[in-house]
Parts: sequence; C-alpha cells; structure tokens
Amino acid sequence: MAFAKSLNFAGIISLLFFAWSCRPPQMETPDLQNGDQVSYNFHIRPILSDKCFACHGPDANKREANLRLDTPEGAFSALKDSPGKYALVAGKPQDSELYHRISSSDPSELMPPPESNLSLSETEVALLKKWIEQGAEYEPHWAFVKPKKSQLPNSDSWAINEIDLFTLKKMKEKGLTPNPEAKPHELIKRASLDLTGLPPSPEMIERFGDFSGENSYENLLDGLLAQSSFGEKLAILWLDISRYADSYGYQDDNIRSQWPYRDWLIHAFNKNLPYDEFLTWQLAGDLIPNASKEQILATAFNRNHKYTEEGGVIDEEYRIEYVLDKTNTFSKGILGITMECAQCHDHKYDPFSQKDYFELFAFFNNSPEKGYEGDVSISKPAKTPILWVEQEDLSGILNFINHEDTTRLSISVMGELEEKEKRTTYILDRGVYDAPTLPVTVSTPASILEFPEDLEKNRLGLAKWATSPDNPLTARVFVNLIWQEIFGTGIVKTAGDFGMQGDLPTHPELLDWLAVDFMENGWDIKRLLKQILSSATYKQSAVISEKHLELDPENIFLSRAPRLRLPAENIQDLVLASSGLLYPKIGGPSVKPYQPEGIWESASSGRGVLATYVQDKGNDLYRRGIYNFIKLTVPPPKAIIFDSSNRDRCEIGRGRTNTPLQALVMLNDPMVLEASRVLAGKVLEEGHDPKKAIQSAFKRILCREPIKEEQDLLLAYFEDQLNRFELSPEQIRPSLEVGEYPLSENQINAQTAAMMQVIVSLYNMEETITKI
Amino acid sequence: MEKEILEQGLNLNRRKFLSRLSLGLGSAALGSLLVPDLFSGKNPAEDALLNALPHFAPKAKRVIYLFQNGAPSQLETFDYKPLLNKNFGEELPESIRMGQRLTGMTSGQASFPLVGSYFDFQQYGESRAWISSLFPHTASIVDDICIVKSMHTEAINHDPALTFFQTGAQVGNRPSMGSWLSYGLGSENSNLPAFCVLLSKGKGNGQGVYSKLWSNGFLDATHQGVQFSNSEDPVLYLKDPKSMSRDERRKMLDQIAAMNDLSYREFNDPEITAKVQQYEMAYRMQTAVPEITDVSKEPDSIIKLYGPDCLVPGTYAANCLLARKLSESGVRFVQLYHQGWDAHDNLPNQMIGQAKDVDQASAALITDLKQRGLLDETLVIWGGEFGRTNYCQGKIQVENYGRDHHPRAFSIWMAGGGVKSGMVYGETDDFGYNITENPVHVHDFQATILHLMGIDHERLTYKHLGRRYRLTDVSGKVVKDIIT
Repeated sequence: MAFAKSLNFAGIISLLFFAWSCRPPQMETPDLQNGDQVSYNFHIRPILSDKCFACHGPDANKREANLRLDTPEGAFSALKDSPGKYALVAGKPQDSELYHRISSSDPSELMPPPESNLSLSETEVALLKKWIEQGAEYEPHWAFVKPKKSQLPNSDSWAINEIDLFTLKKMKEKGLTPNPEAKPHELIKRASLDLTGLPPSPEMIERFGDFSGENSYENLLDGLLAQSSFGEKLAILWLDISRYADSYGYQDDNIRSQWPYRDWLIHAFNKNLPYDEFLTWQLAGDLIPNASKEQILATAFNRNHKYTEEGGVIDEEYRIEYVLDKTNTFSKGILGITMECAQCHDHKYDPFSQKDYFELFAFFNNSPEKGYEGDVSISKPAKTPILWVEQEDLSGILNFINHEDTTRLSISVMGELEEKEKRTTYILDRGVYDAPTLPVTVSTPASILEFPEDLEKNRLGLAKWATSPDNPLTARVFVNLIWQEIFGTGIVKTAGDFGMQGDLPTHPELLDWLAVDFMENGWDIKRLLKQILSSATYKQSAVISEKHLELDPENIFLSRAPRLRLPAENIQDLVLASSGLLYPKIGGPSVKPYQPEGIWESASSGRGVLATYVQDKGNDLYRRGIYNFIKLTVPPPKAIIFDSSNRDRCEIGRGRTNTPLQALVMLNDPMVLEASRVLAGKVLEEGHDPKKAIQSAFKRILCREPIKEEQDLLLAYFEDQLNRFELSPEQIRPSLEVGEYPLSENQINAQTAAMMQVIVSLYNMEETITKI
Repeated sequence: MEKEILEQGLNLNRRKFLSRLSLGLGSAALGSLLVPDLFSGKNPAEDALLNALPHFAPKAKRVIYLFQNGAPSQLETFDYKPLLNKNFGEELPESIRMGQRLTGMTSGQASFPLVGSYFDFQQYGESRAWISSLFPHTASIVDDICIVKSMHTEAINHDPALTFFQTGAQVGNRPSMGSWLSYGLGSENSNLPAFCVLLSKGKGNGQGVYSKLWSNGFLDATHQGVQFSNSEDPVLYLKDPKSMSRDERRKMLDQIAAMNDLSYREFNDPEITAKVQQYEMAYRMQTAVPEITDVSKEPDSIIKLYGPDCLVPGTYAANCLLARKLSESGVRFVQLYHQGWDAHDNLPNQMIGQAKDVDQASAALITDLKQRGLLDETLVIWGGEFGRTNYCQGKIQVENYGRDHHPRAFSIWMAGGGVKSGMVYGETDDFGYNITENPVHVHDFQATILHLMGIDHERLTYKHLGRRYRLTDVSGKVVKDIIT
C-alpha cells in the first residue's frame, strides 16, 4: 500500500492515538524522531481535511481565493490572488504561503480564519512544517487505493492465524502483551453469542468442557455456524443497514409487509450466499437474466425506506426523496462513504462532485415507483413494483418464507422502466426536486473506480462494479463491519465513513489482508467469521489490567478481549432462552410482545391499523428480538433504550450507552419478571434444594458455575426473601402473577416467589447482558 | 469544537474516574451520565473545557416548548386580516400567490376563494396586539409575551415540517433541539432527565407525533427525550412490580451491586462500576418522578389558575402544570405536543375546541412562572409547524370553512427567558399570505433559542461521519430585535 512504505508504525500509531484521544488542550510535540517520514495520508491529510478543505477543497462553488489544497496541482500552482507566491514550495516552509498563514500572529492573515471556529494546534503546525521540509508529497487517499496483501509480520508461537501476527506486532510496539486465553466456558459463551446471538445451554457448556477430543473449539465454531440461529444473529446487522421496518414511516405510519425480505436475509446468511452475490441480488436481482423470484425478493433492500401516505404531498418531491435514500444507503452501507453530502453541493472533503452524486443517483432513478400512491385510507401492504408470492412459491423456491396462511403475499421490490420510458436524470440544484439543471447519465465516482465501459449501464452494472476485485472499498467496508460486530469497534472506527474525514485504520495492513483474503476466498462470510473467531486475538481473556487502563483504555490494540453489552435484540433472546420461554420459530410476520400501554396510541393520528397496539398472545410473546414489530414513528421503546437503530435511515453500527432507563427496563419489564417466575418454578420443580436450584438458574443465565462468594450471597438473599414471603404471604401471589405464561397453583408459594426475586437479581447482573 | 474536546475529555476522564470509585452500597450515586456537571473540577484543563459552555451569559436556563401540533391558523389567532372578511369568496390574486406551490390537497381546486376569520379580533394590553376572541386568557397576558407574526418554513407537509422545527432538517435522523441542549448544557437535576416530553390530544383533526422528534439522532442516547405518560407509570418501566416495597427494592439493588462487585474484582472493568451507578440513579428517579407528577399537593389557587382539566392526567392543562414542575426542578427542556390543529375543514368548530384546550393553561403557565420569579429564566414557546392558507379548502361558508397548509407566513409567541415582553414582531401583507417585514426562518428561531441559552448556534457542533452538524444546519441568524 502507498502509505506502508518504510514507515515506522509505532511512531505513527502512538501519534495517531494521541491525536484521537483527542486533541487534548496541552498537546505536546509528537515524538516523531529525526528522520521519521511524515505521511500525507496519516499525518497531513487528516489536518488539511478537517481544517482546510471546507474552503480549499473539492467543492468548486465554495472554494476561497481559487486555492485548492486537496490536490498537488492546486497546492503547487501559483496563487491567483497573490502573484509570485505559492501555497506550497516543496522543501521550503518559509517560501510556502500555507506555512506563513497558519503560523501568522496577525488575525487578518491567520488560517483557518478565527471566524471559522477552527484552529490548528502547535503540533499540527509543526507537522505541516515538517511535511513541507520533507518535500510535501501527496498520496492518494488510502481507502481509494485497491488493497493488497502486505508481507506477514514475523511469526510467533502465540499466533494461531495471520490476524494474530498483525495484532501482536502492534501490541509489541505499544509495550503490550496479549492476555492469556479465556476460560473454556467463557469462549463457549462468547462464540455462541457472536455466532447465534443466543447463550449456550448448560448442556453445551458441559459437552465442550475443556475442548478435548472431538469437542474441539473448531468443532464448536462449525456447529454454531451451522445453526439456523446464525442467520438470525447476522441479519440484525443488515436490517440496520437496509433500514428494515414494518410500517411506512410517515405521519399515519400504516403497516407494510417487507418481512419476507427479513426471512430471505436469514436464509441467505444461513446458506452462506457469497457476499458478492448477496449484494448483487439485493442491488439488481430483478435485472439478472432469467431472474428467480428469490433474486427479485432480495431487491426489497432498495425499497425498505419510508413511504409517505400523507394526503396532499407532491408526488415528485417524494419520488426523488426515495431515490436519494436508495443512493445514500448504497453509498453508506456498501461503500462506506458519505456520498449524501454531495446531494446539495460538491463534497467538501471527499473527491465527489455533485455531478458524481447524480450519476450514481441515476442508477436508482428508473424504478417504476410513484412518490405517492394515496393516503392511509387506501393503504396497501406493498407499493409498485410488487412481487407477489403464491402458495406454490412457498413450497418451492421461496420455502424459507414463513407464511402460515393461504393468502398471497406482496412485497415492494425493484423494477426497471422500459428503455423508451426511462427518465432523464438531472443534477438537482441544492438537491431540491424541482430545481433540475444539467442532465447526466449513469456512472460511478472515478476517484473510487472508473465505471468500465463494458458493464451494463444499470443497477446490474453497478453491482458488478461494486463487487469487482478492483473496487477498493466494498470488501474493506464489509470486513470492517464484521470486525466491528465481534470486537465492538471497527479497524476503521467510522465504519460508515472511509473518506477523508473518517478515522484512519488502527491496523491498516490487517484490514487490507483480511479484505483481499475475503475476496480471494469467494467472499465467504462464514469463513471470515470462523477466521476471526479462531484467532488467538479473539480467544484472549477480557480481564483488564492496570497496564491496559494506562496504555490502552479503549482497547485499540486488542491485547485483551472486549467486554461489550449485548445488542437490544440479544438481551431479549438471552432472557427468553435461559428461562426456557424462547419460542424458536424462524421468520414470519413481526410480532408484538408486551409493551407499556398507550405508547402507540398517544402518538398516533388515530388513523390506520397501527393506531392501537394489539399485543400478541401465546408463543408469539416469546420470539427472538429480531422479530419485534417496528413501527417507525414509535419504535419499540426497549430497543431504543438499549441503543438499537430506529430504522429511519441506513445505520452502520450502534451506540453502547449505559443509562438509568436500562436499569429500569431490566428491573421492571414484564418479560424479565415473567422469565424469572417461570425459571424459578422450573429449577425448583427439578427437585433441587434451594442451593442447587440457584446454581442451576445461575448456570443457565450466566453460563458458568457460581463462585463460592456468589453462592453465599445468592443463598443469603434467597433466605431473606423466603423469610419476607413467609412473613407476608399476601405478597406471594401478586409477585408471581406477571406475564401470560400459565402459573400453576402449586407454584404459588413463598419458595417460588423468593427464587423469582433471586433470578430477577441474576438477570440484572452486569455480566448477564455482557459479552465477555 | 470546544464541546467535542469536552466530550472526549469527559469520556476519558469518566473512565479514569470510575475506575477509582469504590462501590459504596446504597450511597448516593456519584457519576451519572445524565449529569456531566458532576465531573467538573478534576483538573484545570478540564475546567477550561467545561467553561467553554455556555459561550456567553445565558438569559434563559430552561425551555418549555408548547408545540401546537397540526398547525393552528394564524388567521384565527394572532394575524388579524379584515381584508379577508371584506373580500370573502373572492379569488386569491395571483399577484399575491406568485405561483407558490400548494399541497396536493388543494392544488387541484378550481378556485382559491379568500375567507376571513369567523372570530372577532380585539387589541389588548399596552402592546395593542390583535388577538382573536378564541384566546381570552392569552389576551390577558399579552404584555408578557412576544408575538412573532413573520415565521416561515420550507416544508409544506406535517411530518417534514415538524421534523424541521425539532431537528433543523426535514428528513434524516438528526438530534432534536432538546437533545442538543441536553448535550450542550446537561441537566440541572441529577434525579431527572434533562429532556422530558409530554403528549396530549385535542378533539380536532389530529396528526401523529413521532418519537423521532425527540430522538438523540447521532448524539449519545443519554440525550434522548424521555417521554412521560399519563398512565400509572409516568416514565416507562419506572414503577416497581406489585408488592415490591422501597426497602425490598433497595435490598435487591444492594444484592445486585454486591454481585457486580465480585465481577469487578475479576475483570477490573470501569463499565461495571458505571452500571452500578446507573442503577442508583434509577432508584432515585423512582422517587423523584412520582413526586413531580403528583399534583395532589398543589394549592387550589394553582388548580384554579390552570383550570379543572389540570387534574385530569394527560390533558394539555395537566401537562402545562407538570411542565412547570419539571422545569422548576431543573429539567433543561420540556417539550409538549398538543395534537389536533389540522383543520382542513370545519375550521371554526375545531378551533373552538382546540383553543378551549390550550388557552387557559398556556396563559396560566406564564402567570405561574411569573409569580414564582421563574419567568425571567424560563423561555416559553407556543406555536405550530406552519400556518394555514388564507383561501378556503373545500366548501366555503362564512361560519364553516377549511384552510390548507401555508408555510410562507405564520404566527407563534415566545415569553420569558430574555425575550422582550409586550411585543409584536414581523408583519404580513393584507392577505396574510406573504411576509412584508422581519421574516423569521425556522433556523433563525432555533439560533435565537440557543442564543438565549447562552450558546452560539454555529459553535455547538457535533462531528458525525466526517461532518460537523449543528441544529441550524448551514444557516440561521439570531433575531436580536426580540431579545432584551
């Protein structure tokens, strides 16, 4: 790679880390040793991009003094406003107007100008000076250069696979050493949560024990990857990207039926559809010659965005809005770039013009859609173009759709206008629908990869472009997403922005190695996951040492496993699975479990079938979190409290907050209370004495044996609660009567009530909902 | 920029700080994510960061925003246009409309007949402001408020217009105004969220509200608005299960903390300690919130002031009283929404009902804050997402007509918190269609609110995916003329 040439990465990374953590006020001069080469990509561009490009960058309309600093041509040419002067003179900071202006003490000369609210630190000024001294060499943006496998770092006995060689090198440079391997039960739980989103059963932990004989760690991974719950786990990531929801989103927010797309996602991940095909089907399944219904169904990806049913809207305004959303989802979710900035004007940081934006937009502009098909009174579950699913499909090619009655299903999918009906795409001034300017035809940003002449000039061509081995972004972005799923933070922290303003990769060579390896091995998603989970890096313990807190509090260098709170859906899964309540049905229409009263009603216009929340009954109360009904204007409150996407837009990655509202959910949610009550009954019925019953519940919930102190605490709490209920028997029934799962009369006793309280406390342990 | 540094400084520091915390069982929580203020004073560098906000002396400490959802007509509230009565039924002149776009609900109408207010107007107070007969209580406080008659917006439909007012963008998942203030200024009360949301519904044609309106967008989820409901659980999941006493809850929390402490000893992860602190905060909220929502201890004079509806949970009047109590307790931003103003037809009747819902309680809130000496530091805002057309939608009669959406000119009022009182700002033409004087764009309005809170709207930014976002997007000018 361009930036990998003979660089001292330790210096760079320590410098970068310093810069990220983040521009502390008392910044010191970075310890670039004499002779160290300043890198444009790693040191200079981040400064220029953040502080200069907004006025001296790609946006031609906002360029000040005709000076452009994002290209060498611009920066080295004579200044138009100051004849005889140059922004940059290689090797000569004193002759470079840029250096003069950034180090000036005259506010009228100083750059960036004080009114911009931006300023350069002394370190940044020093870096720019050094860069000019060293010749002011520009480099292409790292993410727009095709990745290559660099030479592997030195081998080491700790390493299990290539990943470890890269991470170990960084650790060593930082003075860190890897943590010891996690205990087997920890690894079983970790891998199970990562691959299936479900906790391992006590039987599974027992079976794999210490991974001896046939029950090796590798066999564990293979077994988990073969579970159908694998698809349910990974699909959540893609549902966020594809902004999947069960309602149309605007105003009256009526119901829609995109859930067969969700079923397809689960199916596609489970059958391990290669990522390039996975993308191609979703982007352009309808344009594949002799497209199957499954391939057409996959294009629902482009239709999951919101649709207005608000009376009186202007049709074209919304049709354009939908094309914008499709374009932005493609560029953010698949290419990891913030193309949407170029919707209104040339991009301020990245080399994307407004023309580039609308050329990309043009790919999505020929779907025979309308902006408005009528208001809520004539609302239908899908909008033109529609894929109809017949009974014969359900027993044939679409047998993964879990549809239990005999009605026809309709799904909003993509179609393409006939050649003679095709729309001309215009650049829209300020991105506004009724301000067309110049006509454009389909193309892709040349700064990423030219659109080859021989490709179809439609979405199928776009899919081929995106999945071409020459495309510098697609594989990197996906590999990084998977890394983020497992380690909590991507190798590129801004997983949705690989552009100039995005974070630089912490392990650039590792990212590229993984991306190339992924492509060389058929874009095999399960293989990628197994590769990561097999690494020694992954298998480390999560114990945090004082040294970690001192040298690497954010765990950027991965000398320990991360401790990460589970995503909202998997918290629900854990509670239901460990209590035995989980109903493991895959797919089907989304479900409405317990929800506090009045939430939909108080926010509704009163129109449409979703004006009131009609809670489901029976097994549908105990489905996995992925199946919870998402009404866009009022998304499920628990999920939002636990940082899930509200599905309004394409989102890459979720936050991970820690709030009092989360505590209230875990303490008072009927789902948790009901699960505790049911599990209490179960462990006591197994004929155990209280101590054994507590142990049994503990193992199901925490996936390990309790230590002595824990046992003592829990038993003491149980006895305290037993005493409470024996003294106040009138509290027994009200405590136990929660949730709709049948409560048998013989369970209405002080023992069960006390055990239930113990189990509630177990569900509220920090460790319970944390991947360790 | 300062704020970004602050946020990062805080995060780093919180980790260090929490790692030093011991687990004092049952002790008052120290570190709450909702109360960043608690982390001040750890070292001089941090103090400098914290001192960056507010950017200058604030005039207001808190905001109560009485959002009239659905868009009340300016022509039946504060923008008196007798010409529309005089020219009843005459066509809207093209010289006034100037080809401006209309919604699909009326763009197909064969004609656009002018229609005047069914309700009489009178002038009130020292400001001599015109107010319709629907709002006698508001008229009685007219010298405490500033009526802005020259608001305008870009959106023509409810959803994008509401979203624009609340987040500064018509589409997109951006943080709400209350979230920005929570992020910028934090909370004044460690037991209550910084941003609270109260909903009520009138009988008029309703438009839904959306929880995305109080979303934190790309800001940390601690800045999302917390919706209060009128059920027995005023905040979601707040209420303990049946037969769980406070003592029992305390005991369980101690049990959980003791278990977590064992885990902390093994893993040494500061997040474990932070979790314990959040449980303590939750425990305190369980006491603080019901105390706030209980109006039974309010004196008769207060009940009389807000009107009998204030004893009925979930009404606009009850929410106004609750808003005062929350604000008084230090909640930074209280956002009310009252639905039902979307009068495309049968406007006079719908307006009567809506005005009856809101007039007395809105005025009572001003009077109440004033008598407590809080009005000076509390900014109160009353208004909808756009205005309504001066021409009739549907069948036209003097006493029964409708009005479509009109984004080009509408009225709101503001009071307290550094806004001039007894003022009428901006003017529209005789048709009430175009602004003729002092236009106030939504971004100007937002910039002004931030300014009153001591924040430079161009400097409260958050960098997300490469771009620095702000509430006012790329425009916005503080309306200095209305500031004391």
